[in-house]
Parts: sequence; structure tokens; C-alpha cells
Amino acid sequence: MADYHWPPTDKCSLIGRRISRLDGPWKSAGRIKYSYDVNRPNMLHGKMVFSPYAHAKVVSIDTSAAEKMPGVKAVEIMTEPGKEVFWVGHEVAAVAAETEEQARDAARRIQVRYEKLPHLVSDVAPSKAGEHTKQLAEQTDGNPDQALQQAEVISEGEYGASVITHCCLEAHGQVAEWDGDDLTLYASTQNVSGIPGEIAKANIVSSADKVRVLTPVMGGGFGSKFGADSWGLACARLAKKAGRPIKMMLERDQELMAAGERPSMYAKVKVGAKKDGTLVGWQSESWGTGGPDAQGGAPNLPYVVRIPDRRVKHTAVLTNIGPARAWRAPNHPQMCVITMSALDDLAAKLGMDPVDLLQKNIQMTGQLAKTYSAELEKASQLMDWKSKWHPRGDKTSGPIKKGLGVSMHTWGGAGHPSNCNCVIQPDGSVSVSLGSQDLGTGTRTVIGIITAETMGLPLEAVKVNIGDSKYPADGASGGSTTVGGVSSSTRRAATAALNQLLEKVAPSLDAKPDDLEAVDGEIRVKGNPSKAIFWKQACAKLGTTPITGTGQRQRGNDDLLSSGVGGAQMAEVSVDTETGIVHVDKLVAVQDCGLIIDLKTAESQVYGACIMGITYSLFEEKIMDEQTGRCLNADLEFYKLAGIGDFGDIVVHMMTGPGYDERGVIGLGEPPVISPGAAISNAVANAIGVRVPTLPLTPDKVFAALETKGAVA
Amino acid sequence: MERFEYAHASTRQEAISLLGSSWDDAAVLAGGTDLISLMKEYVVTPKRVVDIKNVEGLNGIHSNAEGVTIGALVTMDELLEDKTIRSEFPALAHAAQGITSAQIRAMGTVGGDLCQRPRCWYFRNGYGLLAKDENGKSLVPEGENRYHAILGNNGPAYFVNPSSLAPALIALGAKLQLAGPKGQREVSAPDFFIIPKSDSERENVLRPNEMLASIVIPASSRGLRSATYEVRHKTALDWPLAAAAVTVKLEGGKVTEGRIVLGHVAPIPWQAKEADKELTGKSINESVAASAAEAALSRAKPLSQNGYKVKLAKVAVKRALLAAAKGEA
Repeated sequence: MADYHWPPTDKCSLIGRRISRLDGPWKSAGRIKYSYDVNRPNMLHGKMVFSPYAHAKVVSIDTSAAEKMPGVKAVEIMTEPGKEVFWVGHEVAAVAAETEEQARDAARRIQVRYEKLPHLVSDVAPSKAGEHTKQLAEQTDGNPDQALQQAEVISEGEYGASVITHCCLEAHGQVAEWDGDDLTLYASTQNVSGIPGEIAKANIVSSADKVRVLTPVMGGGFGSKFGADSWGLACARLAKKAGRPIKMMLERDQELMAAGERPSMYAKVKVGAKKDGTLVGWQSESWGTGGPDAQGGAPNLPYVVRIPDRRVKHTAVLTNIGPARAWRAPNHPQMCVITMSALDDLAAKLGMDPVDLLQKNIQMTGQLAKTYSAELEKASQLMDWKSKWHPRGDKTSGPIKKGLGVSMHTWGGAGHPSNCNCVIQPDGSVSVSLGSQDLGTGTRTVIGIITAETMGLPLEAVKVNIGDSKYPADGASGGSTTVGGVSSSTRRAATAALNQLLEKVAPSLDAKPDDLEAVDGEIRVKGNPSKAIFWKQACAKLGTTPITGTGQRQRGNDDLLSSGVGGAQMAEVSVDTETGIVHVDKLVAVQDCGLIIDLKTAESQVYGACIMGITYSLFEEKIMDEQTGRCLNADLEFYKLAGIGDFGDIVVHMMTGPGYDERGVIGLGEPPVISPGAAISNAVANAIGVRVPTLPLTPDKVFAALETKGAVA
Repeated sequence: MERFEYAHASTRQEAISLLGSSWDDAAVLAGGTDLISLMKEYVVTPKRVVDIKNVEGLNGIHSNAEGVTIGALVTMDELLEDKTIRSEFPALAHAAQGITSAQIRAMGTVGGDLCQRPRCWYFRNGYGLLAKDENGKSLVPEGENRYHAILGNNGPAYFVNPSSLAPALIALGAKLQLAGPKGQREVSAPDFFIIPKSDSERENVLRPNEMLASIVIPASSRGLRSATYEVRHKTALDWPLAAAAVTVKLEGGKVTEGRIVLGHVAPIPWQAKEADKELTGKSINESVAASAAEAALSRAKPLSQNGYKVKLAKVAVKRALLAAAKGEA
């Protein structure tokens, strides 16, 4: 029988190779249909009415004028009078009309009276937040006071990162279409299998099996698209009322105001070491916005480098900025910039190369110590760190200062629950079906590769069915859990199907099923390639009944998977000290993620993460006005995203081979986005000789830092 | 956007006759790169939109003995493709190059750039040109003012003029020809822009029934050393944080006449006349450029968050002067 375990990588014809994504040509040609592109016959358009106030009570809602507007077919109240709204962009009502423009106009005619209530939208320290605080955690390990007292060198600083949003290229939203009591949602979601239950819970359908969610492709989620969301519920209800399909996608400003906020995080840090660089103690008081309910959670500081003696305290500042949503590696980029900046400042104080400081304390990273050490070495090589690095402050003349920075990060990435059906048809065709979704990461391609590898067939011979809640249930794509989940269930399902085929074929090859293998489009006897039968001929022996193999990601430990990765990144920057503008000249990202199924889409994930990382390091910030409670840059004009000219080389290296491959598959979506902030911030400190404490590294902050003592310019 | 009447004019007279007596009556549509977004965001809600794209006589770049006339409908791309502009007015070419969106360069017009409404985020979020709350108090001084004015900001206006081309055109001594019901009137480029003192005023002297027809750069400015330098946070698709356009007339390596105009620092393109004097009789080098930059910003009064823009404007002046002196195109 075929073994479900991963074959050795040198025996693989597809796994671990650089393979272009299956949907690439369709996407490039604009032929694939995103939720945004779905147009159903007789379809209406829906628009949300959001609160213009950061905190208010809804006093009354008058929809009569809107209902009389041309083309209006249905109106839905989302927040009943008497209830409160907690951010600008909180759902209040929704409307559907014949055209998008009519819906937009009608939404403005829904008259809502509010009673304004006090708000806090500024990203302030707890001391300035009055009653809007909630202490989330305080923990002491060992004896930090004594450790810091005995430390030979102490570094103190304040670090952090501001509130940002997800900026998915495809806005949140869906098309809802009813057929009797059955609802189809063409939703831009990270959770195809989970949405039906949520719709049922909202009493929109009598049971979850009445809902079908279709997401063949989607344009990015980054943690902000797990739920049906108020607009999903509104769209389904409006479609029911109107008796017609409705498309409702958020406008870009609504997207930035209402569709998720990554909490900020700041910390006052004290870290101590011996003269040789051995870290001895850590103390941090951190705070950050966590939305109105402190959903953001508390950080676990210090990050990656577990200094044994520590005291940490975290306070959430309860704000009316918007709901906190998971943002690619929730809390990690913030914890990373706080920790790695503090360690970098300490290295400067010790007069040490920060890479040496990290290597010196590498055992404090725990079981990944060897991996981190190897990654730091590889990254140093790719950056040419040893010859380029200089102590703090580029002493060359002229306004442009260059510098290098380093950072390390970690992530879990264990596969989520996943179920797969694999069908072999008598005509030889093979398909796999999972209720998973491809967020743009390459999930579809990975599933195809594993199936094809298992069957010994070319990738084109396999049909991959995902993005439909009628397929076997799969987990939400969050926390880098997808690739692990679908890899295990797919491999197991494909192996189970193949084994049934081998049993059918064995007699005709005069062999036992155990002696057979599927390679190069043939079923053949191991060690005797002349005894073989073509795949199609083999499948013809099935008569009229297809084979179905099922596979499930095993609960608990699954020997096809693992979790826990490390990564090291190095940045090289140029800072124009006359303009305060930072340019990332080079970013080196070295990453492990166990067994890589498709090297090309894996690298592509890392490139994307680096660009996203450069963007939040230099530009991104949700700018809130305390006076009006509004987000002032709910557009892509002043909510700035990096363009191709804003960074130079991105060098990606994936750790593969012995020590990595045999760990099995581990998720990759989150880890590479964690370190850019810290690596770039450290590079800027190295260039100009002084720390710019918080991200993004904007010209005003660079100037403010340069004016402090120790700057080179 | 609100419903509106669309009118397509083919002559100046027709276009003018379709405009109204108040700003709510009608808006002029040329490239549409600004107007459409303003209308979509309900910041302006004209009852009629007058499309002037096919109005005769507003196109093309023409040279004669008096100077170079640029039609209001000339696009940024056309401006950049013109040899005369590139070789004789580098400051203008630099400014057009600074518009880093290919789409806007293709559609956006010279007239549209000069008449573009401010990018002030309070204005764009519906708080009016003077950015006031419901009690009439300005939101800018105690609000988010990192991109606001550092000069000419005594209030009630705190926005910055967003034009990319205006500083260069002012430095080049351009005149603007405005078409109205009684024919054409001409204003010097600096006089076109005003700092509004009340809600009834706008950011330029155009009346609701007038439109910008053409821009004339005098022949005397041909071949002047000139340059524009913009400090942008992002390399592309971003507004300058500060910009400076300069022209210098050199005789024997010494400046006989210099003009420095700042962009994105005040509600109008800011003529730094104090700095112009600093240049006279000197050869431009790093220290002369730096002291001219100091003089140009000597009257700057930053708001709570935009002190950094003073430095950026100085750098822009210095770098523009050094580029102009070198004759860098």
C-alpha cells in the first residue's frame, strides 16, 4: 500500500519545486471572478449606513425618505434606537436599490438622530486615558529587580507601533442570493466553512445547511475577514426582503473606518545585561489600543528571546477607534519592534554588533536556537553584514546616512482542522474537494501539488475544488494554519484513494497492492518498472464506480505536520537626514517553515510580507481626530502604502533540507511580516545614531530623534 | 454623488453661459481627476457640470514673440512632451514630473492643477474649506495638522494650496487669462491665488461664472535657470510635504534676479521675497542656497504638529537652487 507519510524530498517530482500558482494566468488575464465581480441576474446593490460619531446613542431612525427614493427596494435597521454605537463606522442601517448610485444616495437619506456621548480616539498612554483603561496582565518571573540591579549595563527606552488597518485589495463584502429558503453567499471571506453557522445563529436561515458560501478566490483578508460581519447579515436580510440578489461591498473609506483595526502597542522597557552581552533582566510596562472592549489581548514580552527574570505589565486603552481585528500575526509585529529595538539599543550601549548580541543569547530562544543561529548566519551572508556593519551613526559625510538592522521572530503555524475528499474516476480524472479557501497564498496550488505527487501524475491532471461550503469542512484561514491543515487532509485522502486503486489493479499486474507504486503516470511494481500499467488503463478497471478517498487532519499531533518556526531578517536603509525620509535599500528575509510544498508560492508569501512590512514601517497609520472622533485618512491618499519605488532589493531565503523538511508542513503566512518593523527601525538607528522610537518612521519623527543627543547629523 | 445636469460646451461663450452665479450652480469639468472625487464624496454638489474638454482654443502650447501660451486643457503629459517646456522652463517640467500618477498625468490638465481644491482632510471629510466644527471653531490648530500650513496661517485658513505647477509658474512670471461673461481678464499668477478670510471666499479670484482659459509665460523668462524640488514621503503617488520652485538670472555667474516660490506650505503658493534679495549679486553655492532657504522660511509659524515642514521647505529651497545653478534638467 502507498504510505501517506511525506516522501523524501529528493524522491519528489513536484513537492518542494518552484511551481507557478494554478490561478496565476486566470488572475493576470482578469478572467477569475472575485466576490466583487459577481453579478447575478436581476441583482440589486446594497449600501451600509454607518455612524458618523465615535460614540453615540441612536435616538431615532427615520427611513421614510430613503424608502421613497428612486430605485430603493429594501431598508434594514441594524442598530435599534436606544442602543449605542462605539466608533465611526459602526453599523446603523442598510439599504438596497436598483443601482449602486441609488443605494448610495438613499443611504444618505436615512435620517438618524444621535445623542453624542464622550469618546476617546487618540492613541494615548494610560495616564492620559482617564477611565478608558483596563489592566490586562501583570506577571513576574524570577527576580527581575535583583537581576536588573546586578546588571552591568542597562538600557532604557520607549518603543512602539501605531494603529494600522488591513488594506485588503478587495474590500469586505458579498453577494447574497436566495432560492426559496436557501441562501447563497458569494463572500470575500477567510472562513468558507464557518460562515453558514454564523448566518444560522443570526436566525436568518432555519439551519446552517441552508447556506452555501462560494469563495473561489479572494482578494486578501490578513485576519480581517473571519466573520459574516454586519454587512453580511444586512445583505442577506435585505435580499430576503427584496426577493432579489444583492451585492454589497464596502466602499474604500468604509473599509478603512469599519473593517478592522490593528491595535497599537507601546512599551517602556528596561533591559539589563552583563558586559559580555548575556541578558539578565527585563522589565516592561506596555499599553495599546484594543478597541472598545480591549479585544487586542496582552503581549508576551520580551519576544523570542526569553530573558528568565522579567516583570511585564500591560494595560489596554479602551478607544473608539474601531474594532480590533487580527492583523497578520496578531501582536507579534508590535512585540517584535518593542523587544528587538530594546535589544538593539542595549547592543549599542554595550558596543556590540547586535547580531553578536543575539547569537550570544541564542539559547534563550528555546528549542529553535539552532535554527535562529543558522538563519542569522545565512542572513548575514546575504546582507554582507560583516563588511557593511558599522557602530551606531554613519560617520560618512553628506546628508545620506546608511545603516543596518536585524530582527528575529517566531510563529506557531500548526495546521487547522481539515477534511478532504479525493475522487478517482474510471476515465482517470482526479479531483480533490475541500471547504477551504485560497486567500491569494497559493492554497489551491499546494493542494494540487500534493494530490498530483501522491498519484504520480502531472499537476494539470488534478482538479482542485475549494471555496465552497458544500465541500468537506475546513478551518478558517488564519494564523498560518491553512497549509498545514489542507496538506495533511489532502495527502491522506489522495493516499486512501490511491490505495483503493492499487487494490483493484494489483491482480492484473500479478502483484500485491503493497508492491505497487504510482509514478510517472503509471502504476508499476516497485523495483520492476517494466511491470507497469498506464494510469488511464488502471482507472478503467474501476468499471463504472469512481473511488473516493477521505482524509482528515489528525487531532492533536499529526505526523505530517508540525508547528513553531523562527525567522531572521536584516534591513539596510538610507536616511536622508535633511528630509527625514527613510528608504529601505535592501531587506533580507530568511525563514523556515518545515517541509515546503511549493517553493515559489512560499517565497512569494515572504516577498509580499516584506512589502507589507516595509509599508507599516515607513507609512501606515490610522490618523484619528480627537475633536471629531473621525479617521481623517480613510482613503489611500493619506493612508499611505508603499509603492515599488519605496524599497530596493528584497532577498528571500527559505531554510530547507535536513533538519527542516522532516518536520512536516508548517504555516508561513504570518511569520515573515513580523520582523520588518524592528529590522528597519534598527537600521535607521544604526544609520543616524539615535532611535526613532515608534513606527511608522515618518520624517517628523526622524527629525525629532535627530534633535536628541547622540545623533550624527 | 448627487444628481447633476451634464452640459457639453463647444465654445468659450457657450461654456461661460452655462456657468452660474453661485458655486452651487455649476462646476467646470476638464480632466475630472479632482472634481469627480469631490462630487463622489459630496464635498461639492454642483447642479450642473460643464464639460469644457471640447471647447476650442483651450488646447495646445504656442510660442510667439511675447511668450509661450499654455492652454488650460493641456494635460500634464502634453506639457512634459513639449520640447520648449522641457528645455526652457525646467522648473515647470520638474513640477509636472512630480505628479507621479500616470493616470493623472494623462487626464489631468494644467488648468485643473491650478484650480484644484485643497487636499486638507477636514475639507475632504466635509468640514468646509475653513475646517470648522458645528460651533464655528477651526478644527486645525488643535487637531491633526501635520500636513497643514506653516506660512500665511493666521487663520481662518490653514490648508495648503495643492497645485504642483503654480510655484513654478509664479517663479517664471506667468500670467493667467480668465474667461468670463464680459470677455477675458488677465491676472498675474500670484494674484490669482488668495487666502480666504470667510466662508464666502474661495482659494482663488475666479468668480462662479469664470473659467481659467490659458497661461502665458513671458518671453523674458525663456532660458532662465530654473528648477523645482519636491519633498515627498513616498517616491510616487504622494503629495509633496513641501516644494520649492526657483528661477535665477545669472550674469557672469552671479545672480541678477532670483525668485523663490514655495508650494504646499501655505494656503497660497508662497512667494519668498525675503529670500529673493538674498540671492542678488551672489553665485549660488551650498551656503548661499542655505541662507536663502533660511530667509525664505524666516516668517514660518508652524502649528502643533508641522514644525518639520519648515525644515523640509528649507531643504526644498536649497536643493532647487543648487539644481537650478547647475542647470540640471
